[in-house]
Amino acid sequence: MEAVENRKERPQWRNDLKKDEVVIEIKGLKKSFGKKTVLKNINLTLKRGENLVVLGRSGQGKSVTIQCIVGMLTPDAGSVKVFGKEVSELSDDELKEMRTKIGFLFQSGALYDSMTVRENLEFPLTRVLKMKDRNEINRRVEEVLDSVGLPDAGSKMPSDLSGGMRKRIGLARTLIVHPEIMLYDEPTTGLDPLTSREISELILKMQEKYKTSSIIITHDMECAEITSDRVVIMNEGEYVAEGTFEELKDSKDEFTRSYF
Amino acid sequence: MAEEVLTGWRSWLESAGDQGIFLTRFFRNIFKGGFEWSEFVRQCYEIGYKSMMLVGLTSFIMGLVLILQLRPTLVSFGAESMLPKTLTVSVIREIGPVITAIICAGKIASSIGAELGSMKVTEQIDAMEVSGANPIQYLVVTRILATSFMVPLLAMIGDVIALIGGYIALNITDKISFFLYFNKCVGSIDFTDYMPALIKTVFFGFAIGFVGCYKGFHSNRGTESVGIAANSAVVTSSLWIFFIDMVVVQITNLLYYS
Repeated sequence: MEAVENRKERPQWRNDLKKDEVVIEIKGLKKSFGKKTVLKNINLTLKRGENLVVLGRSGQGKSVTIQCIVGMLTPDAGSVKVFGKEVSELSDDELKEMRTKIGFLFQSGALYDSMTVRENLEFPLTRVLKMKDRNEINRRVEEVLDSVGLPDAGSKMPSDLSGGMRKRIGLARTLIVHPEIMLYDEPTTGLDPLTSREISELILKMQEKYKTSSIIITHDMECAEITSDRVVIMNEGEYVAEGTFEELKDSKDEFTRSYF
Repeated sequence: MAEEVLTGWRSWLESAGDQGIFLTRFFRNIFKGGFEWSEFVRQCYEIGYKSMMLVGLTSFIMGLVLILQLRPTLVSFGAESMLPKTLTVSVIREIGPVITAIICAGKIASSIGAELGSMKVTEQIDAMEVSGANPIQYLVVTRILATSFMVPLLAMIGDVIALIGGYIALNITDKISFFLYFNKCVGSIDFTDYMPALIKTVFFGFAIGFVGCYKGFHSNRGTESVGIAANSAVVTSSLWIFFIDMVVVQITNLLYYS
């Protein structure tokens, strides 16, 4: 709760950041699947240290947008720049390097179910960062397990974990490589209200600890309220409203207000 | 109707193109640094060791039944002494490798297809890819190389067990010493028998691993697609086994017997 109560004050580390440095810039993004146009014209910027929440009904292309950011999907038109580089123009090695700076938390957690929690956490360290120092690997694993409040979960299999625990471990696995940007795809979907709140608070706490910039895609208004610096609302492949949570809550536009 | 036929052909061509790209990615990743030795060894254990019992049992029955079926025919020609040779040549050249590969297609290709398909459905492969790890190197290269290495090994073990089965069948009706039987078996084959057979099992193993991985990797979203991936991995890899067998036999005949 402490992180949430302190939310109104901008933490010092974010004041120290290079002012208004843009880490993600999307201009005129379009994406269709067959005859169905999912993204019509997306324009978006994410500044360093900012938490941006994207709201919208299911099937509006929220997840497609973040999949274009990490290069999982190629846009039909428009520009997606991450750290100033056009994603579609990156070579395989450049794309891989860029991905090491971005953490992606999937809706399901996407834990590797044939590995224990510890092996899941070690995977990005040994395969992506190519770390060999066993002491450093152990230190990082224990640090993130402590951070997400599951210090004893290392030997468990993903099938032994509850939905909330899977999300926590999924978050730990993305944070273990110390990414600069975090992309959350519906982090609280399928969880009970109490666990949803815990995950939202954890997102905020982790942002403070690891000093990340984040895009959070959600339907959960409480999650949006807790985590957001700025909120955008998406409808039919376009962003139709933008502002702080409070600004949008008091909006005169009926469609925008309908979310609150 | 014409549109349906065109759509069918287009999707077939697309799938062929996808397989070509997948094959290129596989070969490109073999020679990249950081080979996953521990995963390769784990896959060899999962694929090879855990299939040994099934292959062994099937091969034993196959050798036993072959002798029981061959005996009356050969006896009628007074050629009983040809039984060990006939069994050895048919087992080593054709039946052993093909039966082992078909069993492996049923057991291994389906399990690879289902495992990777379920990883795809639950976004584990996507998670691996967006983290900057290389799923082709970790999941595909290790599995295809493990099947290419273990299927020949299983076929060789299966061949030996089939010959033991044949020896037991022969001793049900006739008396022949173990030493004499195996002397006849070994004496009846040479390089041109076992080398092409060994080479074709490497291709069988490659086809099993490749088809399993491709079907799993390209399964659609949804749990139903996991079943489809497993099923189509078995059917497609079995067809590939017969096709490879036909090509290798033709090449062998051209090289050694023409």
